[in-house]
Amino acid sequence: MSQEFTTQVLDEIIGAHHNSPSAVIAILQDIQERYHYIPKAAFTPLSRRVGVSEASIYSVVTFYENFSLEPKGRFIFKVCDGTACHVRKSMPILERLRKELALTSDQVTTPDLGFTVETVSCLGACGLAPVLTVNDKVYPAMTPNKVSALVAELKEELSHETN
Amino acid sequence: MRLTSRADLQQARRFYSQALSQQTTKILVCAGTGCIAGGSLVIRDHLIELLKAKGQNVAVTLADEPHGPEISVKSSGCHGFCEMGPLVRIEPSGYLYIKVKPEDCAEIVEETVINGRHIPRLAYSFNEKIFPKQDEIPFYKQQTRLVLEHCGHIDATSVKEYLGLGGYSAFEKALFDLSPDDIIKELSDSGLRGRGGGGFPAGKKWAEVQRQKAKPKYVVCNGDEGDPGAFMDRSVMEGDPHRMLEGMLISGIACDASEAYIYVRAEYPMAVNRLKLAIEEATERGLLGDNILGSNFSFRIRINRGAGAFVCGEGSALTSSIEGKRGMPRVKPPRTAEKGLFGQPTVLNNVETFANVPEIINKGAKWHRSFGTANSAGTKAFALTGNIRNTGLIEVPMGSTLRTIIYDIGGGIPDDKDFKAVQIGGPSGGCLTKEHLDLPLDFDSLKKVGAMIGSGGLVVMDSETCMVEVARFFMNFIQSESCGKCVPCREGTKRMLMILERIVTGRGAIRDLDLLLELADTVSNTALCGLGKTAPNPVVSTIRNFRSEYEAHILERRCPGRVCAKMKRFSIEADKCKGCSKCAQACPSAAISGKVKEPFVIDLDKCVRCGACINACKFQAIQESW
Ligand SMILES: Cc1cc2nc3c(=O)[nH]c(=O)nc-3n(C[C@H](O)[C@H](O)[C@H](O)COP(=O)(O)O)c2cc1C
Ligand code: SF4
Ligand code: SF4
Ligand code: FES
Ligand code: FES
Repeated sequence: MSQEFTTQVLDEIIGAHHNSPSAVIAILQDIQERYHYIPKAAFTPLSRRVGVSEASIYSVVTFYENFSLEPKGRFIFKVCDGTACHVRKSMPILERLRKELALTSDQVTTPDLGFTVETVSCLGACGLAPVLTVNDKVYPAMTPNKVSALVAELKEELSHETN
Repeated sequence: MRLTSRADLQQARRFYSQALSQQTTKILVCAGTGCIAGGSLVIRDHLIELLKAKGQNVAVTLADEPHGPEISVKSSGCHGFCEMGPLVRIEPSGYLYIKVKPEDCAEIVEETVINGRHIPRLAYSFNEKIFPKQDEIPFYKQQTRLVLEHCGHIDATSVKEYLGLGGYSAFEKALFDLSPDDIIKELSDSGLRGRGGGGFPAGKKWAEVQRQKAKPKYVVCNGDEGDPGAFMDRSVMEGDPHRMLEGMLISGIACDASEAYIYVRAEYPMAVNRLKLAIEEATERGLLGDNILGSNFSFRIRINRGAGAFVCGEGSALTSSIEGKRGMPRVKPPRTAEKGLFGQPTVLNNVETFANVPEIINKGAKWHRSFGTANSAGTKAFALTGNIRNTGLIEVPMGSTLRTIIYDIGGGIPDDKDFKAVQIGGPSGGCLTKEHLDLPLDFDSLKKVGAMIGSGGLVVMDSETCMVEVARFFMNFIQSESCGKCVPCREGTKRMLMILERIVTGRGAIRDLDLLLELADTVSNTALCGLGKTAPNPVVSTIRNFRSEYEAHILERRCPGRVCAKMKRFSIEADKCKGCSKCAQACPSAAISGKVKEPFVIDLDKCVRCGACINACKFQAIQESW
């Protein structure tokens, strides 16, 4: 899924933002959308093009939670642990998900880059708590068992894709 | 169709209002985040197909040419009743259908649209009473929806619809009939206070920016909505984006700004899309851009997406994030009004604040003051969540009581449990208890009891909630969101979290309570920004109101709310135990002992409360209790 990083793609993205230094975050977001992470190789050319030091770009990438320097999985689970979801028992859902995928709070992505599991504080769908999203699609009123079923379904989908 | 003069705008409004009146039946399918997750778009498309198959004249958007009667199917914003979704509202009857499935569509078309009959099985019911009309449902009946007026009732994806309902008339008035001073006076007189948490008078803020000599000036809309468990701003951005854009335009006129930014949190992709569309449509119509409606006023709006940092909701962090930097707050003064975005004078207001403006300009300060209380005029949207029957987004006059909100609108606590507390204002707020049920909710009376309205999150908690765990939850959130710039917040929240973790896992000491309060005092007095200053609030307020729960955890290793896993007590029922030793083998800390074929016992001092033994026992001999 994550294509090879090329400076050509980077140039397109930066161009769309008019090489503007204040657009660093937006540029990084576009890079991340494309590759699901920020490839290290992007730093030097990005720094040259927008005139912001590599150190500053690095400081931005590490400050914001959404940016990742590690490749992420094909399916990105975001389990909501906002207040509304928490009081409606979101933790057992997270635990089940991690168990199903053999992940932990430190290891968030499966070695085959199939799945990433993250937490997020509120997706704004609190009325449907507890909620999770997979690649931005919202799954409402989750239970541990529904999570297991969903993982099975996505694993199936993944095996078709890679074959 | 670009509008180039005041007359053009007025004509467009008349035209679309006419077009709306041609729609004999309107079917509004909720296309908010919640209902889409429940499959509402499939329902919408299915309804359109079915109606077409019946030979009906179906419209999905308002026509630009005069035409005959038609039935419209619209994608609305969130009604705030997401738990009942997907929702379908039918006009003019005002029927609301809940939990609609694709299989229900044929019946809706046949029975309701064509024959005008109500379908009771799809209606909301409570205590066996059926409520066919949306306005009669207790959840809605007690609300005063001014800002959320259109949410759920109009096509959220069309500027035409907004125009047809009188949209941009306040902007027109501000542009052609009022001076900047008039606008600011009206706003000041209206008593509107910021809805983003601080409650700062909006008119005063605008006046301050107006006074600044430096140019250019900026308008910034704060749609970061970081309070976990709140989604008021999301609903406005998704459900009635033009109302907010109109408010921003008016502030541009008042403060002489022509560049604006909306900062939307990353988790709201749909809000970003709706806003983008709204900005595109408004630009096409000439309501944004250069020389708007032939005047010399120009205004452009850009959208910035957040990247997952709660602290970016703070004004100076937000502007620095728009500038492409780390979102770290800075020392004030100078305030954002003087030196905000790119170091220039900046009006920074919350989504709901801006959305309040058009009606104030249209209907006047006095009208606005007729809602709410003397010091807190108008209404406030709250996100009502947690252990409550009707979760959702509500809007009530300022000064409404918790009792009204929880029992009349929210329908009370489910499963016959008791109300225990409500957490108001999110991680910076505090908790209110039974004794506060009749307290009017407004900026000042909440401050007096050590809580705050904040952005409007209301999390209801029943008797089976552990208040210590709640405090730990918020501290954990704040600690991980601290930007790390100042020591009291970075280190103080970490220490407070460690102490709370100690208490919920049964390792607390009674002096920890004094330590917590002392740290709380230091952090709130010395932290740089609002995040740190308010971080201790949930701890202080739970200690004040629920000290006995803390004491139970510390002195008795008991969790009265039956939540904290480490407070569980495991025991083996001797008569069920066959003495198979499976549990002892599973126990990671050698807490179980016994002779094979005789009942085993658990040594609670060694037990680490992992629960492994329960799963290991085939005879259900092991019990957990609190
Ligand atoms: C840590 C922190 C987070 C904040 N988050 C938000 C937010 O998500 N949305 C918001 O409108 N205001 C937020 N605020 C308040 C803003 O700093 C600012 O007061 C507000 O946007 C001003 O608009 P208003 O006067 O219309 O409320 C936050 C403040 C702090 C200290
Ligand atoms: S109080 Fe916390 S969030 Fe605010 S500046 Fe200090 S460290 Fe950053
Ligand atoms: S709960 Fe865990 S530690 Fe306690 S007795 Fe059972 S297996 Fe052992
Ligand atoms: S708290 Fe989970 S969606 Fe809001
Ligand atoms: S999304 Fe449909 S009611 Fe909230």
